[in-house]
Amino acid sequence: MSAVAVVSYASRIHPEGTADSEAGLVHSAVTEALARSGLARTDIGFTVSGSLDYLTGAPFSFVGALDALGAWPPISESHVEMDAAWALYEAWLRLRHDDVGAALVYGFGKATQGSLPEVLARQLDPYYLAPLGVDAVSLAALQARAVLDAGKADPAGLAAIAERAAGRCAARPRHAPEDAPPLPLLPGHTARPADGAAAVVLATEDTARRLAAEHGTAPVWIRGLDQRIDGHSPAARDLARCPSAERAAAGAGLAEAPVDLAELHTRHPHEEVLLREALGLGPEVPVNPSGGPLAADPVMATGLIRIGEAARRIAAGTARRAAAHAAQGPCLQHNLVAVLEGDAR
Amino acid sequence: MSRPAAVIGVGQTRYRSRRDDVSMPGLVREAALRALDDAGLGFADIDAVVLGKAPDLFEGVAMPDLFLADALGARGKPLLRVHTAGSVGGSTAVVAASHVHSGAFRRVLAVAWEKQSESNATWALTMGHPFSTSLVVGAGGYFAPFIRAYIERSGAPGHIGHLVAAKDRRNALRNPYAHLRIPDITPEAVAATPMLWEPIRYLEACPSSDGACALVVAGEEEARTAPRPPAWILGTAMRSEPMTFAGRDAVDPRAGRDCAADVYAQAGIADPRRDLDAAEVYVPFSWYEPMWLENLGFAAPGEGWRLTESGATAADGDIPWNPSGGVLSSNPIGASGMIRFAEAAQQVRGLAGEHQVDGARTALGHAYGAGSQFFAMWVVGAERP
Amino acid sequence: MPSDPAGEGPAELAGTHTVRFPGGYTRSTGPVIGRFLTELRDGRLVGVRTAAGRVLFPPTEYDPGDGAPLPDPPEFTEVGPAGTVHTWCWVGAPRPGHPLDHPFAWAAVLLDGADTALLHALDLGPDAPADRPPARLRAGLRVRPRLRPEDERTGSITDIRCFRPEVTRITDDHRLDYTVRADAALTRYLEAQLHGRILGSRTRGGRVYVPLRDVDPVDGSPMAGEVELPGTGVLTTFSVNHVPDPRAPEVPFVTGYVRLDGADVDLLALISGVEPGKVHAGMRVRAEWLPPHERTRTRPSIRWFVPDRGTGAEGERR
Repeated sequence: MSAVAVVSYASRIHPEGTADSEAGLVHSAVTEALARSGLARTDIGFTVSGSLDYLTGAPFSFVGALDALGAWPPISESHVEMDAAWALYEAWLRLRHDDVGAALVYGFGKATQGSLPEVLARQLDPYYLAPLGVDAVSLAALQARAVLDAGKADPAGLAAIAERAAGRCAARPRHAPEDAPPLPLLPGHTARPADGAAAVVLATEDTARRLAAEHGTAPVWIRGLDQRIDGHSPAARDLARCPSAERAAAGAGLAEAPVDLAELHTRHPHEEVLLREALGLGPEVPVNPSGGPLAADPVMATGLIRIGEAARRIAAGTARRAAAHAAQGPCLQHNLVAVLEGDAR
Repeated sequence: MSRPAAVIGVGQTRYRSRRDDVSMPGLVREAALRALDDAGLGFADIDAVVLGKAPDLFEGVAMPDLFLADALGARGKPLLRVHTAGSVGGSTAVVAASHVHSGAFRRVLAVAWEKQSESNATWALTMGHPFSTSLVVGAGGYFAPFIRAYIERSGAPGHIGHLVAAKDRRNALRNPYAHLRIPDITPEAVAATPMLWEPIRYLEACPSSDGACALVVAGEEEARTAPRPPAWILGTAMRSEPMTFAGRDAVDPRAGRDCAADVYAQAGIADPRRDLDAAEVYVPFSWYEPMWLENLGFAAPGEGWRLTESGATAADGDIPWNPSGGVLSSNPIGASGMIRFAEAAQQVRGLAGEHQVDGARTALGHAYGAGSQFFAMWVVGAERP
Repeated sequence: MPSDPAGEGPAELAGTHTVRFPGGYTRSTGPVIGRFLTELRDGRLVGVRTAAGRVLFPPTEYDPGDGAPLPDPPEFTEVGPAGTVHTWCWVGAPRPGHPLDHPFAWAAVLLDGADTALLHALDLGPDAPADRPPARLRAGLRVRPRLRPEDERTGSITDIRCFRPEVTRITDDHRLDYTVRADAALTRYLEAQLHGRILGSRTRGGRVYVPLRDVDPVDGSPMAGEVELPGTGVLTTFSVNHVPDPRAPEVPFVTGYVRLDGADVDLLALISGVEPGKVHAGMRVRAEWLPPHERTRTRPSIRWFVPDRGTGAEGERR
């Protein structure tokens, strides 16, 4: 069974939102990713995307994005109603059949169109949770409380995490006026919804090596990839732990060797505390050198962007081995971990 | 090389216009538990779960895989939720098979479902954004013009659709899960029902159903030790094309032809009419049978209606199409594709009960979605590939 | 005695008379009824088991079938909380002593686990009609008791205020508001329509798409240029719809695919001004526009297409 590598990545992120359509954002990111990979559109054997109809309030939002791909002659294509990191997971499974040499993965979301805390609340159990009118930020605040009460962080530590993220995104106002979340969350402690798209090209070993020889692209090997889900109701879980992230990290073999950096899907500072613990990342491991979701959160592309940003740094030679993480669902219910590695130099 | 995979369990719910007696978890568990029982397994034996469903607007819950994980024993396991419009039930089965073909998983539970009575399917499907430049019509209004174009192109007589509608509902009488059960249905009775979108009459259109369908897909070793015969997956394929582009043939889409060619090549099917023993094909409006007979290579272009008229696709014909009653008899949109794939599997397992096609060894499962632009297919067989 | 008014015959004598024991009667309950009422006051429903194992609810000290005594000591067992309606009547005009003051049913309710039924009021809501029972009132309806608040319960059968149907559905009336932005191509297309112009795009290979768009869907390449199209064209195929739609004036109505002159793809539009039976593929059509004061930049300004009977190139009034 062939190894699989990330051979290119591109993203388009608009923290202020954009009038550009989802298809336009996808077209831009996919065009750049293909160009960087050295592959033509017709070299792609399988295409998968991730998106969410509820971000746009209409069904089949992924269908319009197909126009951006030049899907002619007809292509082998699939879609998940999940963060595009899980689309990458489906592509990775497909490449392991060893009959297709390259796959295109993309994700997109215009999270500025609706009220994101209410949109995400539509994910909740419709019998016991949704009728309460509880929103996604309130649930995150519950988890923040649990983390503080468990002694895993203190308010100063959380503030420092938020400051670091804010520092990497100059455009973000320090305290947005509309930001008045439930305590203990504070203004600036919630990811900023953005519009955006991202694309990643994956290749099996033979193709990746050929592209490296022909175009100088540095393959970034996916050494491990695993995803797990926890129980749903935040009231029924120990919110100070993240078991599915622990299992995903173990399944991806993260602990086998140290990592130089981690890109984590942290939408609030307390989530970084939880995920460092779940993934076994010590304080010496830099988290979210890209700025992470706190700076800009193009929902449904955000998880794929973590993988892309980690891969980009390995390809550029500034890291050798990295962890990338994606999450979805209330209070980090569903987690994916990828372990990426460049060739030995 | 991709690893062999087989269906070792199938579960379905009774399809009805409203399943008022169950919650959403209850609906999916009904199918999942039946599939596990069929496979001689429990939730604990499952390595990964794949869910499929059409737009979340139908039930008003976003990403329902999140709240259903507990109900399907998925805690601590990998989970995916597929959404490819109307073909989703089929592509969910393809993705489940992909898990096993990859070598990373041995027993995968796939569940596809819809509880569309909680809202209204037409409302959910016709919801568009402001600034829409195009008229938004419901499914029947969308497909009717292409049916008209087919009839003009082929010269087919007007009663062909009535034959299909009657045939599929007669087949449904031998399927205990089917939604529509219309004893004594005849083509003449179909022709007497009100016109909806010419030429589609009321009884030529699919119902709106609630329901769920589940499969257990497993690896070679698990298939050999399963309590009941497996359906070996001989080939899977998906194809998509844009909905609107210059030169598009929406009546006989190339994506459907290419998808079929791919899956036939994998399964060693040279002549589908001869080499397949049964086909479960996504026919939501009657005329799509002759159209898909041509698109899938069972008949030459322009000749599909003759094949229907000859009785070849009837339960006692030489190539039964939709012996289960098909989408025309039961249509929970998110599940319909998987029901086709599951019924094909039941045929080659010899477990289709009263609607079993005698001696069926190889069968086709087919699903399509959106503007006839997403296709998913598989071929299953009684013999290991 | 008051005297009769002078000059008339004797009047009928009528007066009021009230019987009410001051402070009310005090009734001892005995152990079985007492136990039942004590449990009910404390929020539980219990029946009693006969020697044959039947559960009586509400409990009596004997088997009413044959008067046989109950086992001693009596065996109490919880029943319910749900029950099934066995028989009922619908009270359209409640009397002063009735437990409810809007239309309701009396029902015999067999609690789960009991072998005898209880008579009580069944509340089907304040809006239930007086003249006929609601459709869901039928034998077999599943119901549950609604108890009075704890501090109002005194140990009386009226500690159950009434029964109500079980919940079988919830309503989810949520609403999400979005702000949707049109991209540049769409904005330009709709702006042009305000002025009676139809804009399309040309691919590098010379194919013409309408509406205007940025990218060729066949190969993902950028469009090469803008094209203006006439409002005339050919109907390629169509549907005669008999299912009503809010946007169409009446059924049957026709929707169809229009290939504008010079375009390589079709527009889906309403077709008007012709009897449905006379519509055919290949007929020439032309756009009819909304009057200028009805046009907005949020939707296309073409109202529909009508048969183009002119052979000349006058075009329609814009």
